Amino acid sequence: MDNNITDRMEKVSYRNLPSKLSLALLALVLTFSISNSAFASTTVLPTQAADTTAGEALFKANCAACHKLGKKATGPALRGVGDKYDREWLYSWIKNSTAMVKSGDAQAVAIYEEYNKSVMTSFPALTNADIDNIIAYTYTQPKTVVLPPTPPGTESSGGGVSNNIILGILSLVFLMLVVILYLVNNTLRNFAKSQGIEVEEKEARTPIWKLFIQNQFLVLVTSILLLLTAGYFGYGYLMQVGVDQGYAPVQPIHYSHRIHAGENQIDCNYCHSSARKSKHSGIPSLNVCMNCHKNIGEVAAETQLQGEQEFGVDYNAEIQKLYKAVGWDEENQAYTGVTEPVKWVRIHNLPDFAYFNHSQHVTVGGIECQKCHGPVEEMEIMSQHSPLTMGWCINCHRETNIKVEGNDYYTKIHDELAKKYGKDKLTAAEMGGLECGKCHY
Amino acid sequence: MITNMKSLINIAVVLVATVALVSCSEQGKPNFQYMPNMYEPVGYETYGEYEVFAGQMEAMLPAEGTIPRGWMPYDYEDTTEGLNLAKAELTNPLEVSLESLAEGKALYDIYCAVCHGTKGDGQGILMQREKILGIPSYADPGRNITEGGVYHVQMYGLNSMGSYASQTNELERWQITQHVMNLKAALKGEPLIAPKVATEETTEQELESMPEEGHGSTEH
Ligand code: HEC
Ligand code: HEC
Ligand code: HEC
Ligand code: HEC
Ligand code: HEC
Ligand code: HEC
Ligand code: HEC
Repeated sequence: MDNNITDRMEKVSYRNLPSKLSLALLALVLTFSISNSAFASTTVLPTQAADTTAGEALFKANCAACHKLGKKATGPALRGVGDKYDREWLYSWIKNSTAMVKSGDAQAVAIYEEYNKSVMTSFPALTNADIDNIIAYTYTQPKTVVLPPTPPGTESSGGGVSNNIILGILSLVFLMLVVILYLVNNTLRNFAKSQGIEVEEKEARTPIWKLFIQNQFLVLVTSILLLLTAGYFGYGYLMQVGVDQGYAPVQPIHYSHRIHAGENQIDCNYCHSSARKSKHSGIPSLNVCMNCHKNIGEVAAETQLQGEQEFGVDYNAEIQKLYKAVGWDEENQAYTGVTEPVKWVRIHNLPDFAYFNHSQHVTVGGIECQKCHGPVEEMEIMSQHSPLTMGWCINCHRETNIKVEGNDYYTKIHDELAKKYGKDKLTAAEMGGLECGKCHY
Repeated sequence: MITNMKSLINIAVVLVATVALVSCSEQGKPNFQYMPNMYEPVGYETYGEYEVFAGQMEAMLPAEGTIPRGWMPYDYEDTTEGLNLAKAELTNPLEVSLESLAEGKALYDIYCAVCHGTKGDGQGILMQREKILGIPSYADPGRNITEGGVYHVQMYGLNSMGSYASQTNELERWQITQHVMNLKAALKGEPLIAPKVATEETTEQELESMPEEGHGSTEH
């Protein structure tokens, strides 16, 4: 591929050489004395001479929605398109492709048919120089990001794994110490024996533990203390049975809320669109992902690097998993129709006997997702932030005021309740948020 | 000396055991439960995984031919001709009210602003971070953006922009359309759409006659 491009680039300069020999010679001289950009702006010259930076800006603003350089998108790949058509044709095509197709231009009709009669936007505002710049930009090589050398110690393993390794090594060292001590002790003894040295055994004093047992008061106090601590920890352990706080299963696609909701600030409701109006927030169906990922087939090089170094994930491979599941053929930019479900593992899940409704809290109550789900926009891997116990629900109902403003439907009830409790602000509990029947069917 | 040795070994055993225990309490598995039969539902649960379903997932596409509640037929086809036709003749049936404008803005900020920017100038966060490129401004002279066109584009998407029919319903799409037309007017420096001096009742009727629930498309 890359070879191909360089070939073409050479070809261009060749073709232009004979006709503009004198200019090129001049250019040669100039390049030695003047910096490249100055040269580009002063002379109207072959493709490479045009301003690729301006071209890049124009391309990104106008064309990138449909064209990529090296890959087919809505429209054809544009790398090296300057060789495919002559310049005049390109000017009129880009300024108004529809008119060209209508006029029956053979090349125009051919490419129009090839792309299923998708219409390319007209760009009457672009000047010929702008178009020259864009075409020049299409000859640039893809940037290769030079990966900085991995700092020692931060290999592509996740933090948890390396911690485990360190712990393992520590305990191994510890074990070896014990064994060595034991061996040294033994050899010393043997040595002493063979030398006929009597190892001084200390005269038998009553050992401390015997003294301890004999002191009944001490025994009593310690056992009470022991019982209490055991009780404390035992209670703690039993109370957390059935509470999945911190639960973070491995998902079929490594989907990062940090990247989507954090760095790229995508609204929670964009994906969890039913939170606004129904009981469940819902996990987005894959067509929602494809709204963006039709365009984003690969993450940026820096993102990829960060993924590999900090989290040990190949983000691009994860996007490929998404493509496989929806059946998106990147090559041809079309759905193949062969799909497979993505088996997201459900994390937050109340038992069946409890009723929780998102729209009631998010839309009516105006509560932020983060209040219950924690700092989701920082989570690389989704985990359960809150305990989701009954105590947690009840506490919040006791503390949180209901949103009275702009709630026409319940104005009357709110007024009555406010009168009853003699204050303006009502908590959810005072509205009846502690009644068993509200949460238990 | 020997007792010393023993206690050392004891300590070692305890240490190794704690390390093992701590590293066992993984985040990847759900906790133990008391009486799981009280917690685990008999019925099929939302997002559950069960053998009976094709692909083992409870979450599935709606059956062929399903019509969501409140769905209204949309007659324009997903083609260039359809788009041009919608641009030319489809108009917003929704009465302009302060409420619909506010709703439209809220929804626009959720669904469209990541790409098109809160001002509609094509400078959303994804564009600024160069994740998605080439988002047009609504005031782009090469595009003739009309109410019908905006609705049509939300319904079917256009080239690299996807469809929003699965996330919004008909009413919401028209509310967004109102906001988009306002953004375009603001970009071009034209007068904004403002609520007509209408009696309260007509607006309410208008809103009620629009289906509140159900998504507008069979595609999900
Ligand atoms: C709305 C999407 C869209 C935009 C924006 C767009 N194009 Fe196109 N372009 C297409 C499509 C689709 C084709 C294929 C022909 C057709 O179906 O009309 C195409 C074809 C082309 C071709 C012919 C390529 C070939 O290999 O035959 C060139 C050159 C071109 N576009 C340049 C541009 C430039 C330069 C810009 C930006 C100023 C641009 N396009 C913006 C959609 C677009
Ligand atoms: C780009 C789409 C997208 C956005 C934006 C998004 N999410 Fe998610 N969310 C997902 C997907 C896909 C999953 C399922 C995979 C997982 O659990 O990691 C998920 C899972 C979750 C879950 C766990 C669901 C369960 O199984 O219990 C919660 C809670 C959640 N998201 C909250 C949020 C919040 C809060 C925000 C906004 C800060 C947000 N999401 C933004 C796509 C998104
Ligand atoms: C609003 C646009 C948008 C939507 C919707 C979206 N993504 Fe992304 N996605 C992005 C962006 C932006 C990136 C980061 C690209 C970069 O940094 O170069 C990304 C990166 C990713 C990555 C690689 C990083 C990671 O998170 O592991 C995966 C995998 C991914 N997306 C999956 C999904 C899935 C699955 C969905 C649907 C639930 C989805 N995306 C929906 C915009 C989106
Ligand atoms: C008042 C607390 C609270 C708020 C606020 C809240 N959630 Fe939840 N969320 C929960 C609880 C509790 C569950 C478990 C529900 C169940 O099992 O029925 C849950 C479950 C979920 C799930 C799992 C799937 C589902 O639909 O049950 C997702 C996704 C989710 N929430 C996303 C969100 C998003 C996005 C927001 C913000 C728009 C949000 N939540 C706001 C408490 C909350
Ligand atoms: C972050 C605080 C918060 C948490 C946590 C919370 N709620 Fe609420 N809840 C509210 C508020 C505020 C309201 C009142 C909404 C309104 O009407 O304005 C409410 C209302 C309700 C209602 C309706 C009460 C009524 O009188 O109609 C139910 C049912 C409910 N919550 C269930 C739950 C359950 C079940 C949980 C735990 C899984 C939970 N909530 C956790 C804040 C919370
Ligand atoms: C705000 C909502 C809410 C209200 C009000 C509420 N509960 Fe609960 N209750 C829950 C939730 C959520 C759970 C599930 C806790 C879990 O899974 O650990 C639960 C669990 C239980 C359990 C099972 C024990 C357990 O911890 O798993 C019992 C019994 C119970 N509730 C009784 C009651 C009674 C009696 C009342 C009325 C005084 C009541 N609840 C009011 C939300 C509520
Ligand atoms: C993932 C990024 C993205 C999101 C989110 C997005 N759009 Fe777009 N939109 C685009 C792109 C790219 C184009 C250019 C499409 C083309 O002409 O090929 C576009 C074009 C448009 C157009 C011009 C259509 C025409 O007639 O030329 C309108 C109107 C529009 N979008 C409205 C919306 C609305 C309303 C929303 C929210 C519901 C939205 N967009 C969300 C990317 C997006």
